[in-house]
Amino acid sequence: MIAWLPFEAWVSLRFMREGKVQTSFIVGGISIGVAVIVFMSALLSGLQSNFVRRALTGQAHIQVLPLKEVVRPLRDHESAWRESATVQAPLQRLKSIDQWQSAAAQIAYMPEVSVVSPAATGSALVTRGDASRAITLTGITPELYYQIVPLPEKIVRGQAHMEVDTIFIGTDLATDLGVTVGDKLRVSAANDSVNTLKVAAIFDLGNKGANSRSTFVALRTAQSLLGLTGRVSVLDITVHDVYAAEVVAQRISALTHLEADSWIKTNEQFFTAVHAQTTANTAIRFFVALSVGFGIASVLVVSVVQRSREIGIFRAMGITRGQILRIFLLQGGLLGLLGAISGSLMGGTALVLWQRFERNADGSVMFPLTLDPWLFIQALVLASLTGLIAAFAPAMRAARLDPVVAIRG
Amino acid sequence: MSTQLPVLELRGIVKTFNLGQPNETEVLHGIDLVLQHGEFCSVIGPSGSGKSTLLNIVGLLDRPTRGTLSVCQQETTTLNDSALTQLRGHSIGFVFQYHHLISAFSAIENVMMPMVGDAGMFTDAMRERAAALLDSVGLTRWKDAPSTQLSGGQQQRVAVARALAMKPALILADEPTGNLDSKSADAVFDLLLSVSREQGTSVLFVTHNAALSARCDKTIEVVDGRLKP
Repeated sequence: MIAWLPFEAWVSLRFMREGKVQTSFIVGGISIGVAVIVFMSALLSGLQSNFVRRALTGQAHIQVLPLKEVVRPLRDHESAWRESATVQAPLQRLKSIDQWQSAAAQIAYMPEVSVVSPAATGSALVTRGDASRAITLTGITPELYYQIVPLPEKIVRGQAHMEVDTIFIGTDLATDLGVTVGDKLRVSAANDSVNTLKVAAIFDLGNKGANSRSTFVALRTAQSLLGLTGRVSVLDITVHDVYAAEVVAQRISALTHLEADSWIKTNEQFFTAVHAQTTANTAIRFFVALSVGFGIASVLVVSVVQRSREIGIFRAMGITRGQILRIFLLQGGLLGLLGAISGSLMGGTALVLWQRFERNADGSVMFPLTLDPWLFIQALVLASLTGLIAAFAPAMRAARLDPVVAIRG
Repeated sequence: MSTQLPVLELRGIVKTFNLGQPNETEVLHGIDLVLQHGEFCSVIGPSGSGKSTLLNIVGLLDRPTRGTLSVCQQETTTLNDSALTQLRGHSIGFVFQYHHLISAFSAIENVMMPMVGDAGMFTDAMRERAAALLDSVGLTRWKDAPSTQLSGGQQQRVAVARALAMKPALILADEPTGNLDSKSADAVFDLLLSVSREQGTSVLFVTHNAALSARCDKTIEVVDGRLKP
């Protein structure tokens, strides 16, 4: 025996070794349960971070916009009753952010914020020959905006260098208009401003809608076309912690009295789906843990019955009730721990195999999976705790055995 | 410990099972017994006379309904379970009819068990003492053998060695030879007798064997829950 091993651990390990078949079966059962939890959790977390990554590569974490125009109902001063029962929603004209430089400076000063990029955005019509398409024209400051949306990485033709007379368009718009890099387009805004711009780059944002509508020009070009000279209509912002975006947006809104929409708010449906997935995963974890717990408890109940005479002998030789309790609690914990170690290995292997064999049609990985050490640590701790909790009732039963009855068998 | 003081003293021990129930049964009816230091006493009596109940009470595994019981001059009737367990572990060694070794452990580990349980951890001194005890019962060769691979006589000798591990003042042997052939039975009896003689350990030896009983310092007979005068 090992010198530093406490008495209870010594006996527990021997009992488990003696009942090899029983121990192997229950450890096998726990392993499968833990492997399912590890595999599902890693898959779900990979799926979610992939969604988040994809969602955030094409948009800012927070967009600060001018406040929407609202109509207040006309009221009678004395009675406070409405004079007019019907309130017509006002038209939302293209508005600029008042004092945008000051607001941008204030926001950039916040420790949670990493980049603030001003932009002028509006609708326009792009024409080439007889063909025309409605577009969203976004005027950007490339050195700032590229830190928010890595547009150069999405360029499939042309170069990311932007001039006042150039425009970046999506692949679908290029196909619709039959243009390529170097061709010229006529862009006209709603205020009758017109400009002819040269296609400098064609990008692919991975979304058909975005590829047919989104266009990027230099900020000054957009300001001139949209009638926003010297002004901007939106401040695009990135923050250090993407999941804190909504809280930061609320703080920005309170600070600047402007409308601040976080990506969390604009992708509400995505978060509903994430929440549903997390709930389902939690339910699966709970029921797997429950079945693992019952498995351990049933094995230990049988073990206590089988070993009742030995428990009586232990008591006769001066082993305390507390020591008997700890022997069986430890068995539960050890079964959980062994099952968790083996289950983590199984789950990890399954994840590696899944990533290796489940591929997209082009051979690329579906989405990157990370083997987070915390997931395995959590599995070890949870399975051991489940083992301890499950062992409590059988261990209490063992500790309470009347030695006379136990020895008599 | 003074040789003049009794190791065991029972005064008016009564044991009633199912107290207050319709099937209430009084098994022991006022047992008085004194066992001196180093005394080897056999307990005889027919089956069902209350010998095992008496041994369980003396061994602090069961509590008497009435009466007083002192083990090594310590009054036990007022002690709690934890104190009884400690007193039992340090002062009393058990040898049962069915040897009752712990099957998951080797012979030497079975002998070490009470010492490791008491200290909470293993030491080399414990192994040395267990080896010496197995040597004294003639099982040197078998010390590392799994307990399940030993013969009945060998297992009973391991049980005797285990009972001696904590150097108890009293050994309670409940028909330890009842399941053995005559040769092994004699060997186990001789072993207990020599321990009693050499180490001054008191022994309460339950047996149905009249020949073995005759070799003891004294014999008490339990009949219908009373000591026969």
